Amino acid sequence: MVAKLAIRDAGKRYGDLDALKGCTFDVADKTIVSIVGPSGCGKTTLLWSMSGLHSLTSGEIDLDGQRITGPRPEIGLVFQEANLLPWRNLMGNILFPFEVKGQKPDMDWIAHLMERVGLTGFEKRMPRELSGGMQQRGSIVRALSLRPQVLLMDEPFGALDAFTREEMNRLVEEIWLETKTTIVFITHSIEEAIFLSDRVIVLTTRPGRVLADYPVNLPRPRSLETMASREVFDLMNRIKADIYGMSSTRSRTAAE
Amino acid sequence: MSDAIPEFRKAEATEVGITGSALTSGVGARTWSEVAIIVAVAIVVIGGLEFVLWWREVPDYIFPRPSLIAAALVKEFPLILPHLGYTLVTLFAGFTIGAVIGMVLAAVVTQYPLVEKVITPYILVLVTTPMLALVPLLILRFGFGYTPRIIAVALAVGPMVMINAATGFRRTDSAKIALARSYGATTLQMFWKIRAPMALPMILVGLMIGSIFGLLTAVGAEMVGGGFGLGNRLTTYSSMINMPEFFAVILLLSFIGILIYITFFLIGKKWASWQT
Repeated sequence: MVAKLAIRDAGKRYGDLDALKGCTFDVADKTIVSIVGPSGCGKTTLLWSMSGLHSLTSGEIDLDGQRITGPRPEIGLVFQEANLLPWRNLMGNILFPFEVKGQKPDMDWIAHLMERVGLTGFEKRMPRELSGGMQQRGSIVRALSLRPQVLLMDEPFGALDAFTREEMNRLVEEIWLETKTTIVFITHSIEEAIFLSDRVIVLTTRPGRVLADYPVNLPRPRSLETMASREVFDLMNRIKADIYGMSSTRSRTAAE
Repeated sequence: MSDAIPEFRKAEATEVGITGSALTSGVGARTWSEVAIIVAVAIVVIGGLEFVLWWREVPDYIFPRPSLIAAALVKEFPLILPHLGYTLVTLFAGFTIGAVIGMVLAAVVTQYPLVEKVITPYILVLVTTPMLALVPLLILRFGFGYTPRIIAVALAVGPMVMINAATGFRRTDSAKIALARSYGATTLQMFWKIRAPMALPMILVGLMIGSIFGLLTAVGAEMVGGGFGLGNRLTTYSSMINMPEFFAVILLLSFIGILIYITFFLIGKKWASWQT
């Protein structure tokens, strides 16, 4: 197993508050790893540090053994909400990274991705004319158009309704089966994490550190039957227990 | 089954909504019957005014009848036309200078919060003080030509554009900045591809309000001193009690104002409609 991303003793302090402390784990190449944890466990901080947009105050994060110090072309980012630029149409948004980088876009690949996510024919639409799910699919195309080796997804489907969300999860799996892009996925839905991932990492509350690390050895593509299996049910309950355990400890401490 | 981790929803990325309403939404007649009603009402209002003024025998120097105003406009038009030109030159020159300085200042200043805090009170003073008040002083210094008028118009337009454009440039959506940064955007790219388009609706609001203030100041300055311009025509006609001609000039001024409004309305519809 090759570590694509290596998180080594990662820590982030905001003033005298530790958002993240001593966080260590690897993300193997061509796998999907989800990070779950209660609010304020620093999962977004961690992801933004992986993207190179934020810097750590201690420890380091390596991509292929090389320390990440700033945004890298090998790393794509999908934001909470779709984060499309409202003054550009869908294609204008997808071509935005190429414009910034001064690169010639691979139009065949983009057309293929658009087809894959079902957005063919919507190229000229403005973001406000698209549904939330379509906008987020557009932002996934934008991120994948540069063929990143790693895709970081920060609660991408949190604002979508349950049905659209499940559809998007299946789409992410399909895309992964095709491209085998390493994906780090942040979510607060345990079901989503299990459905998508090869591993689910549970972070503790402030300061965030790895509490548990569960492998998910289920056949892909994951079906409804798989998701209804005893194995998934048990895993879901264990993760829930981890998280509720944390919040009950916290409320007990608060009560004392 | 609820498997969501109990936590408060993260605050949504704050997209500050502004009301570009005057720019992007307008009332427009959609059907022929609507147009017919609008025209009919206009005829009734103007015709009614004509009738009442005639019936009550209101003297021309108090309120001339619409027909007299129309006749005066046609008859005097060759005489008024050059003055219309002078006013437009003043307005256009002053507006361009003021708008460019206002926009550049806003773009630069919003990059430095401290500088912005220091200069904002002065800009506010400039926005709230009628620049017309400076015209006598400017005339003393620059004479009766275009110069004092253009300066006055620029002073009226600039701060108004600046204060609105600054509001636009301050609306930085951190997620969009992060997006551009993740692709390695340079400071210049960040400005032209993110900050400027984001500020555009507010810049247009500033330009629209600024141009109306500019027209006001241009006409006011012409009334204060100098022998040309529509404002000068107003003082001349009223001193000669030529009220139909006086109202004809006012009609022209309204026309300029409406033209300015429509121009910015169309620009807003084309470039800032993503706002709504």
